[in-house]
Amino acid sequence: MIEFTFWDILRNLLLAARWTVLLSLAAFVGGGVVGLVVLFFRIAKNKWSRRIASGYIALFQGTPLLMQLFLMFFGLPMLGLRIEPWTAAALGLTLFASAYLAEIWRSGVDALPRGQWDAGASLGLHYLQELRLIILPQAFSITRAPTVGFLVQLIKSTALTSIIGFEELVRTSNAINNATFEPFKVYGLVALIFFVMCFPLTQYARSLERRAAAN
Amino acid sequence: MGYGLDFGWLADATGAIARGAVTTILLIVVTTLAGTFLSILGAAGRRNGPMLLKRAIGVYVEVMRNTPFLVQLFFIFFGLPSIGIRLDPILAAMLAMTLNMAAYTIEIVGAGLDAVPRGQTEAALALGLRPRQVFIKIVLPQALKVIYPALTSQIIIMMLESAVVSQIAVRELTYEADMLQARTFRAFETYLVVTIVYLVLSMGLRRLLVSGGRRVLGAGVS
Repeated sequence: MIEFTFWDILRNLLLAARWTVLLSLAAFVGGGVVGLVVLFFRIAKNKWSRRIASGYIALFQGTPLLMQLFLMFFGLPMLGLRIEPWTAAALGLTLFASAYLAEIWRSGVDALPRGQWDAGASLGLHYLQELRLIILPQAFSITRAPTVGFLVQLIKSTALTSIIGFEELVRTSNAINNATFEPFKVYGLVALIFFVMCFPLTQYARSLERRAAAN
Repeated sequence: MGYGLDFGWLADATGAIARGAVTTILLIVVTTLAGTFLSILGAAGRRNGPMLLKRAIGVYVEVMRNTPFLVQLFFIFFGLPSIGIRLDPILAAMLAMTLNMAAYTIEIVGAGLDAVPRGQTEAALALGLRPRQVFIKIVLPQALKVIYPALTSQIIIMMLESAVVSQIAVRELTYEADMLQARTFRAFETYLVVTIVYLVLSMGLRRLLVSGGRRVLGAGVS
């Protein structure tokens, strides 16, 4: 039997944590892009476009992420796509993130006074220019704190991808635990690594919140 | 190669799905009651307790909020036995869910307590109520009314998060789905049906909590 020292465990966990970070970033960026599209539909003038976007958001916010990942993992192969845990994890988390980010940014758009739209229109800007130059920059800036807060939630959510077989921090820790029989130490370390990743972001979100409250 | 959806297995599976759903509901009811109680104690302790207690509650909240629920669950179920605390899967799940939820609701309840004007406490004390009576009868009901919508959202988030406890073999909705798809080889259809059950549960729970809240806490609660 192979002996694992404390440093072996820690080294393997840190190596696996790279995948957690990478997946979080991919899902955050991908979710941001798709979320922007959803936001576009969510605030459109067309009633049906708004309804469809609301339905999309409600669907992702009303079902467990684990189920979304399972549906991705088992559903995409039926469409003829060869799918691996990484693809299912990244796609699943991207869609999950897009729904939450669209909803966060929508609250920012709603918070802007009506006069901002009117002023844009009176300057002769058309709809897309208004969005790009006036509405979205302000909406993003007032929702910076909840956006960072959601990133923390997203990092924690990557833990669930271990269940569909993606080799990130938690899945690696399960394997190490099965070899060492030291769950207290292994899962304690995993919690610590997640904490080190998330706590600075939580503090950053909090300082953004305080700054926003002061203004 | 064609692949058709097949829901023929569903007729025999309704019993298992219903049993799973009942366990999920049981988990969330216990968690809501225990979690809310714990967070009232925690929020009060964080405001009026001794320095050491305040620090401890602060650390607890940060640790729970910055680590994944799945890891907390594994730590409690697999880790605690090595220091002599052995729990049934369902007890471990309830404990993990309660501790996780309380970390979020402590801050929510705390915000509610802060929102009650100081004059309310002063007036109650002037009427001769003891401090404990002031807290339970005057401050807490008003605070709960303020935070009720946030509390409702947190309860629903926790219900959705509870899908994870299938990983320590608690026989709730997701666990039953895992068992079903292993038997029927119809993974996509099984998870699709169970996802819809979760959606119905979360929408129903929200409606129930909103209408229940109006009845108990009075008008003005959304």
